[in-house]
Amino acid sequence: MLPLNEQLPVTLLAWSAILLTAFFLGLRIHRTLAAEQQKQNSVVELVHAELPQTQCGRCGFPGCLPYAEAISGGEPINQCPPGGEHLILRLARLLNEPPEPLNPRHGTPQAEPLVAVIREPECIGCTKCIQACPVDAILGSAKTMHTVLTSECTGCDLCVEPCPVDCIDIVPAASQWTQRPLNRYAISRGLV
Amino acid sequence: MLSQAVRWLTEGRLASFSGGIRPPKQTQRTLRSRVMATPIPERLIMPLTIYRKQERLTPAVRIGEAVRKYQCLATHLQDPDLILHAPTSGMITAITRDVLEIQSDGLDQALILCGNTTEKITQADILQSIGRAGIVGQGGAGYPTVKKIRLAASAGVKVLIVNAAECEPFVCCDEALIREFADQVVKGAEYLMQASAADAGVIAIESDKHEAIAAIQEPLKASSLTLRLLAAKYPAGDERILIKSLTGQEIPDSANPAERGILVQNAGTAKAVFDAVKLGQPSISRIVTVAGAPLKTPKNFSALLGTPVSDLLSWCGFEHEGHSEEPSAHLQHTDHLKIIVGGPLTGRRADMFCESVQQTTTCVIATDKINFPASGPEHACIRCGFCAEACPVRLLPQQLLLHSRNFDEHNLNSHGLHSCIECGACAYVCPSKIPLVQHFRQSKEILRDSAAERSESQLRQARYRHWQTRQGRTARRQVKQAAEPERETPFSRENARSEIAEAVARVKEKKSGKRQ
Ligand code: SF4
Ligand code: SF4
Ligand code: SF4
Ligand code: SF4
Repeated sequence: MLPLNEQLPVTLLAWSAILLTAFFLGLRIHRTLAAEQQKQNSVVELVHAELPQTQCGRCGFPGCLPYAEAISGGEPINQCPPGGEHLILRLARLLNEPPEPLNPRHGTPQAEPLVAVIREPECIGCTKCIQACPVDAILGSAKTMHTVLTSECTGCDLCVEPCPVDCIDIVPAASQWTQRPLNRYAISRGLV
Repeated sequence: MLSQAVRWLTEGRLASFSGGIRPPKQTQRTLRSRVMATPIPERLIMPLTIYRKQERLTPAVRIGEAVRKYQCLATHLQDPDLILHAPTSGMITAITRDVLEIQSDGLDQALILCGNTTEKITQADILQSIGRAGIVGQGGAGYPTVKKIRLAASAGVKVLIVNAAECEPFVCCDEALIREFADQVVKGAEYLMQASAADAGVIAIESDKHEAIAAIQEPLKASSLTLRLLAAKYPAGDERILIKSLTGQEIPDSANPAERGILVQNAGTAKAVFDAVKLGQPSISRIVTVAGAPLKTPKNFSALLGTPVSDLLSWCGFEHEGHSEEPSAHLQHTDHLKIIVGGPLTGRRADMFCESVQQTTTCVIATDKINFPASGPEHACIRCGFCAEACPVRLLPQQLLLHSRNFDEHNLNSHGLHSCIECGACAYVCPSKIPLVQHFRQSKEILRDSAAERSESQLRQARYRHWQTRQGRTARRQVKQAAEPERETPFSRENARSEIAEAVARVKEKKSGKRQ
């Protein structure tokens, strides 16, 4: 045990170290929170929240977030076919821009929801489609049969091309058992 | 809040609300005759879905099975309070996903009912009887009565309101019911009060139903319920509007009135409760108004549930160009003839193949040219503001129309589209003949859908993030593998053998070391 007059500076040093650490830690947390807030409020985040998150790449960008970033950088808002007319209207209102019809160069909105179906006897279990599916809607493992989780599939078409034996079909979701409300699909996209 | 409610209830003035419309009643011709029991129809169609098709019942019978009157036909698998009984005896001829068909044998062989004849009937007895009888609310969406009572009782019921207001033209089943079965309705209401442990009970009737008001005075004297008269306006009978005009309390759109201690039950439900408690009779019939100009003798029927609508029409002497004899054979909707189920303002077109009487069916109307002119061309909104004056929930229909047309989600929400009760008062008064309610119904659906779509897209995004993380991991592993040097000694059988031998020797050495 040190005598009292020697104990004092040690205690002071310890306390000041603790306080300093706490201060810098608090500053760090504050900065992170502020940055988070800013990110949420940023145009990119707002636009991204509106996009349909199909991740199909038909807009010409690899996914919805890159397109959202491109829109905030001045790219036209009429390039997302899965979102359809309603998306363009919403974006136009959000960004205070005049709405334009969908650019046909990027495709037309599908009139009904589609899903992929793997013709299972023909599947060779190459796992290529699993790697392609952006929403993890395909189930299977190497050298075993693969199948599509219909309720998660967005019908984006990305798994068709990589399949070496061409055993994936894109079919109307109505022909499959799915929980999604099909009848109002077209209405909510302004197609009728 | 409570004292205010009590004051409103005890004051003897007409309860009313702002807005509303007064369409001609058109009920005199129908009310000329008494409530008639129908003959037993040949074929009964019992729907297996209830409460706006949200709950599905599972059949307890098979095709070809003979059933007796009151026998259980179907139940809900999780909820024993949802149950369907045979309205008459006969044979099951068809069961599909949505309906069950009975071919009646005309004998009406019944199971023996066991009513409650004891002096003291307890709260639990009443709830059990209501549950077993499979009663659902007869006025609105058909919510199971027992569930509603339980929900309200858990919040503590301040007031039970028996809703005998039917404000739409042509509909007069509740008026006929009270005119002829007033004491049973009052008794049933007392059972409901006991079951929900309500502090007060009110029967609400519109002030222009003189015969019903006169008939109910006598039974009310011996009971603890009070009578409240409503202004004869449409839509006085809507649950939220009724609560507002009686208690002055506005129930927000997000809340269920039962949760706020106000239990509203239809007068027909009260009668069904009486039958269930006193006679032990399941809910197998209800009073239905069958009206419209093409009918020779419009009537109120006490109809068995499952009676096809076409039978009801033919029993009223249905006459229409070409096919006056058998409406069931070739009845079709035409421009001027439509068969509407429900009131003329909120009803829907009957599905002529399998439309039948259900516990929620108040009225069947055959339309004519004069009362139901074909909708003319829609004109532009002249912003006269009549619709805003008529709206009972004080919305601005003209603004909602504008935003509906533009599909402006934000403004539709901020103008309170979700509070619209789809009463149709705005469209009724609109001089430009704009079908406002249809726009609102569609917009509501779109809003609901886009909310669902948004939650789905969030799920998709979450799955995409997982996928991205995994992709990143795979890529990093590949980079690492590429950077690692190749194994010096390529794989061969000899190498493998010597490696195995080395490993075995190592193990042996270890073991011997351990033993020492
Ligand atoms: S087209 Fe639409 S859904 Fe597809 S990636 Fe681009 S923004 Fe996303
Ligand atoms: S299964 Fe195919 S079509 Fe469906 S989301 Fe995945 S990649 Fe797209
Ligand atoms: S009543 Fe019809 S015309 Fe008049 S303001 Fe309303 S919508 Fe417009
Ligand atoms: S339909 Fe909706 S907007 Fe029109 S009067 Fe009724 S509550 Fe108001």
